[in-house]
Amino acid sequence: MRRTVVTGIGVVAPGGVNRKAFWSMLTDGRTATRRISLFDPTPFRSQVAAECDFDPVEAGLSAKDIRRCDRYVQFALAAAAEAVAESGLEFDEELLDRTGVVLGSAVGGTTALENEYVVLSDTGRDWLVDPAYASPFLYQALVPSSLAADVAVRYGAHGPVQVVSTGCTSGIDAIGYAHQLVQDGEADVVITGAAESPLSPVTAASFDAIKATTPDNDHPERASRPFDRDRTGFVLGEGGAVLILEELEHARRRGAPIYCEVTGYAARSNGFHMTGLRPDGIEMSVAIDHAMRQARLDPQDVSYICAHGSGTRQNDRHETAAFKRSLGEHAYRVPISSIKSMIGHSLGAIGALEMAACALAISGNTVPPTANWANRDPECDLDYTPNTARELPVDVALSVGSGFGGFQSAMIFQRLEAVT
Amino acid sequence: MTAVITGIGVVAPSGRSAAEHWDTVCAGESRVGPITLFDASRYGTRTAGQVEGDVKGDVDGRLLVQTDRWTWMGFDAAAQALADAALDLSTVDPYDLAVVQAASSGGNQFGQSELQKLWSKPERRVGAYQSIAWFYAATTGQLSIRHQAKGPSNVLVSESAGGLDSLQHAARLVSRGTPIVLTGGLEAPLCPYALACQLASGRLSPADEYRPFDAAASGYVPGEGGAVLVVEDLEHALARGAPVIYAEIAGWGSTHDGTHAGQPSSRQYGRAMRLALDRSATRPEEVDVVIPDALGVPEYDRAESEAIRDVFGSVPVTTHKPLTGRMYQGGAALDAVTAVLALRHNTVPVSTGVTQPAPGCELDFVPATTSSTVDKLLIGARGFDGYNSSVVLRRAA
Repeated sequence: MRRTVVTGIGVVAPGGVNRKAFWSMLTDGRTATRRISLFDPTPFRSQVAAECDFDPVEAGLSAKDIRRCDRYVQFALAAAAEAVAESGLEFDEELLDRTGVVLGSAVGGTTALENEYVVLSDTGRDWLVDPAYASPFLYQALVPSSLAADVAVRYGAHGPVQVVSTGCTSGIDAIGYAHQLVQDGEADVVITGAAESPLSPVTAASFDAIKATTPDNDHPERASRPFDRDRTGFVLGEGGAVLILEELEHARRRGAPIYCEVTGYAARSNGFHMTGLRPDGIEMSVAIDHAMRQARLDPQDVSYICAHGSGTRQNDRHETAAFKRSLGEHAYRVPISSIKSMIGHSLGAIGALEMAACALAISGNTVPPTANWANRDPECDLDYTPNTARELPVDVALSVGSGFGGFQSAMIFQRLEAVT
Repeated sequence: MTAVITGIGVVAPSGRSAAEHWDTVCAGESRVGPITLFDASRYGTRTAGQVEGDVKGDVDGRLLVQTDRWTWMGFDAAAQALADAALDLSTVDPYDLAVVQAASSGGNQFGQSELQKLWSKPERRVGAYQSIAWFYAATTGQLSIRHQAKGPSNVLVSESAGGLDSLQHAARLVSRGTPIVLTGGLEAPLCPYALACQLASGRLSPADEYRPFDAAASGYVPGEGGAVLVVEDLEHALARGAPVIYAEIAGWGSTHDGTHAGQPSSRQYGRAMRLALDRSATRPEEVDVVIPDALGVPEYDRAESEAIRDVFGSVPVTTHKPLTGRMYQGGAALDAVTAVLALRHNTVPVSTGVTQPAPGCELDFVPATTSSTVDKLLIGARGFDGYNSSVVLRRAA
């Protein structure tokens, strides 16, 4: 079986618009959640979010890129540039035919679609919207296939290209799809990850309507409290992360820096409810078990769990149950954390940001903390690495995601030297 | 592991069942007409392929208010495909069933209604179901709940190419041990805002005509609907005595132009076809018929013609998209249904849309519906922008 390794990482995240800033922010336990500035949040129940201080010009995007590409595509272009540069890949025609692009996004061009809708409908007055006022790039907003296409065009990639959109597991599932392309020999290199810029009124209103996001507007910096007894819902975020996945021998031949190997990936669905989760966490646990079997790991081999940890009442209980079911006693010993406590929940992007965190945790032998953790919830009684990062050997990082639509995904990154 | 197609379901302008669709394509009857779903008189496109009649089917009232027309059509097509495959899901381990649907634009009409609610009133509110009805994963999520599919489901957004990419991924999942995958895709692009978005692509025909490869080609007209296919591990299908094994997904390939819209690469599209042929160990001359993407935009028609000529030399080509309008991923999924029916009936349906081929597009278009042995077909699809996908289907051994 062909093996897949990670040879480059690029990040655009709240509080840190590159890989280094992202990692120092996470390991410092700082939070980037704040009162929303990208639009006026006053009418909404939840008024806090984790926003990226992203300057597309500084990120090297051209004036044309900035006009054509919605904010989430700009995140992907910037993150891809950082990841490709770090990987040291030099693309020639032969390699470009073997280079794919697989990116995830849950809501794609929603922000652009809404902004344009407001104009074309004359602020919601007209059902028969006026196409004469449309941006020439409105079709790209409707169909987010443009996300991966824009990145493919940037590098001239001719391999398999795809956008994966499985709600909030899009990031893990995109990397999983890329991993399978490498395993099956359909590509040698895949530029993969996810991006999302969902911060707009329609997103805020959608989550308000089901009370999924926090109403804790008085303490924006402490509003995201995964696994805490007093958690009040998730905090929206935005951002993107791109990983370079590469076939192991290809990476070795060119002497590439190798962060880790992708040794397990599984996706399952709960077949239960579009937004609701049963407290037993069985389907997530089945995904974890399957990923661990692929990696030929026992529970005690897991050094770190990068949790979904959205900070909703039901999620944190659900995945705590899943960890116990899959890892048994080891679930009580392994350090777990939710980086959403610091960078919010960027829907489709967060899975890729979490996989970037896992790769950095392995290379840095450091587990990032769960910020804002103060009070133990009897239903969430594991070690969530409260507030302070820990330096310890991280050979195996497990990450999980859970998404609207019932999607449950698990992925394992492993230090190459620790793969047996 | 061999991935085979054992069930098909169709909700399209050409019919509300695979049998109706087959009759329509064999007769070469156009089902494109004036848009009646809303008043399209102010739009540059007033013609489309619409699904006839009430598409709500047996969806109960509680679920109806949580879902878009796009998902209703998905419910119907999936139910047809499962019935066709004679799959009794009560005997199937839920983890052995996955849903992989291609999507492009989500629940458009639902989304526009909620945007209107949000922006026309000062309270800035949307309904409780906006978060689950509009997004790209809505239909896959709902199908996974309705049919208790707990396997590795996925949602692929590669515009029209997605209809074939979903078949490819279903085959990948079968090879990884998931025996049954509900795949394919549908699209519901006919509401005012979605139409305005499509107009911005510059690919809709200002003449309200869809004549791919013709000298008068000027773009396409949109259509709604698509198809769901049951893809199954051959051993599993044989063991349970599946009534029909329509075809094997023998090979596939996906490539990207690496360039933006307006610069189609015949080399990369041709490479996707060659990858599909190579994977299935098929020589070009063994392919009985090609079902092309048939975009109807002149430079894309020329690039596709060039790719087909480069790969095959001469080969019969047949397209039925002009009969339904372009249904995006739904159209490519429906082409796969047409292909399996051609295998089943040993019949190649007439190609439509071309009166006078454009220079460079002089392909061997099938002039009339003919009975002849069909063992192997290649389907092509392209997605906005730059996506190329190809699948080889063959009679299951």
